[in-house]
Amino acid sequence: MSRELAPPPRRNPLVRTPLPQPMPAFRARATHALTAAAAEGRFALQRCPACGRVIYPAHDACPGCLSPALVVADVPSGGRIVAETSVRAPLHPHFRQRSAWRIGIVHLDCGPSIVAHLHGDCGDGERVRMTMKLDKAGTPAAFALPETETPHMQDDPQLREFTASPKHRRVLITDGRTAAGQAMVRAMIEAGVAKLFIGLGEPWKPLAEDAIPSALKGVEIVPLDLGDDASVRDLAADIGGKVDILVNTAEHIRPGGLVDQRNGQALRDGFETTVMGLARLARAFGPAMRSRGADGTDNAVAWVNLLSVYALVNWPEFGLYSAGQAAALSIAQSLRAELRPGGIRVVNVFSGPGDTEWFQHLPPPKVAPAVLARETVAALREGLEDVYVGEIAKDIKARLEDNPKAVERELG
Amino acid sequence: MSAIDLGAFAAAIIQGEIEIIDLTHTLAPEFPTIVLPPEFGQSSPVRIETISRYDADGPAWYWNNITLGEHTGTHLDAPVHWVTGKDLPDNSVDTMPTRSMIAPACVVDCSAQAAADADFLLGVPALQAWEATHGTIAGGSWVLMRTDWSKRGPIAFANIGPDGPHTPGPDADAIRWLVEERGVLGFGTETIGTDAGQGGHFNPPYPAHHYLHGAGRYGLQCLANLDRLPPTGSLVVAAPLKIRRGSGSPLRVLGLVATR
Repeated sequence: MSRELAPPPRRNPLVRTPLPQPMPAFRARATHALTAAAAEGRFALQRCPACGRVIYPAHDACPGCLSPALVVADVPSGGRIVAETSVRAPLHPHFRQRSAWRIGIVHLDCGPSIVAHLHGDCGDGERVRMTMKLDKAGTPAAFALPETETPHMQDDPQLREFTASPKHRRVLITDGRTAAGQAMVRAMIEAGVAKLFIGLGEPWKPLAEDAIPSALKGVEIVPLDLGDDASVRDLAADIGGKVDILVNTAEHIRPGGLVDQRNGQALRDGFETTVMGLARLARAFGPAMRSRGADGTDNAVAWVNLLSVYALVNWPEFGLYSAGQAAALSIAQSLRAELRPGGIRVVNVFSGPGDTEWFQHLPPPKVAPAVLARETVAALREGLEDVYVGEIAKDIKARLEDNPKAVERELG
Repeated sequence: MSAIDLGAFAAAIIQGEIEIIDLTHTLAPEFPTIVLPPEFGQSSPVRIETISRYDADGPAWYWNNITLGEHTGTHLDAPVHWVTGKDLPDNSVDTMPTRSMIAPACVVDCSAQAAADADFLLGVPALQAWEATHGTIAGGSWVLMRTDWSKRGPIAFANIGPDGPHTPGPDADAIRWLVEERGVLGFGTETIGTDAGQGGHFNPPYPAHHYLHGAGRYGLQCLANLDRLPPTGSLVVAAPLKIRRGSGSPLRVLGLVATR
């Protein structure tokens, strides 16, 4: 059974902060066939449609029948550990920093045997549930979990390296005025954060008294206006070294496309918040977070972007908004690569229209802010990179995989 | 009539016999900007972004790009700002006559009333009482409503409730009287607008905007340091940026006061 994670002590100011040591990152192209599924938390491996064989590690052709037409498909995740060991003196600096490191060979029910990272509650000869997680280099890595939930399972130190659990970590929610931001506050408190910073711009605009439980221990409202360079920089100067998880909840939703706009104001305001604001956050908070990727058990681990699924394909009824979301997604992709050396996971949470004032004319299904927040926390706990929340987002994603041109036409 | 001695005027400034008081707030991002319902277009708040600061983007020089709406910070409203003034000649900041940029000011101290009641309205009787003490308001003067609102922090300054902002201002009769009976150049306030916070509920809505701009007069708002001006005898310099067809402009407002 895992030992419950203790609240981390304050830093010893005389001790050098451990530097994040990048993981070995090079993989064959075939390996990245498994990356998308891992990013979403699905256990998928290569399968040969010709002979039915499940293949691991990823190959360019089936080792059984040499067919090159391999597909990636969800497969049963059960298996049994047939060998395990602890690597006590690894060569690679990343694992040296974390030794001893347990690995083992798991024989999967679906065929292959996999060298996998082992959860502390997985003993030799035991049944396990295999997962494919993205490691800190963004590449898929097999991680064996106990078949059933064990006490404090999330606190396993090795699992925590592959996830971004908010427990005992310090979280910045960038905009406490949005419904998503306020729901995120509650979800993060429930997740056991050590500290919650909640950004609030334009403090002279009133906020309902019960909107944010600011009296709770560990909750602190901080001035943050994503439109203002100096405001973002000033906050980072104060707390940049204490933000382990950043959740960008800022949004600017306005209906309309291009042709019937009288001016560019709505487009500019939207980009100012969603694109420029994200870039300002990246400039101000990125460097400190990237340098703190190995800073104890409350190290910097994740950067969450709440995006619309219409970042993936424009929804002309909200055409300007979709464009801003697409731009934010592109920025997020750059950010992901830029933060990877620090082991910071950039999590993009795509959702359909929220159950909020700007989508009041739409019938259900809509995404309740509380659901969005809950799924975000779940994604952090699981270590996901791409998350689709709600029926609309899942539907759009599935249809895009099937026929993107059709989706474009259907939405417009 | 003797020749006007601008040299003596300049000398008085140099000697400190004329004090020049800055009636302007610093243009800064955190200063409250007028808020409209989100479905309307919004004024850009003040934004300041560094181009370079003796760094790789400019080793020996420091400069910024700024973004701001015409109606941010301490600013002037031109007649074209309001629909009632839309067809008047020379109604924008670029065509505003330069002689309107320097004018005497009458300062009406409403600070005690405003402190007691955020919705305080300046009415005609109060203006007449002011005249009884200080003399008739001369045509072509600014009338500045001192409320000490400029001394408030941002939250109390905006003072927004669920039913909108609560800030003092003139009532409809007072503005109409100042425009029609006294021929003032304009009306100035320390609050975010020339109208009271609840002015949208007046008849007509936003009477200061309605009557001032309908008559080709000006508004000054977000003024500071009005407590340092005497009730009469000061001169206000308020020259807006020459923005083509601009409806208003942030500006540096100076109050000239004789010290002896």
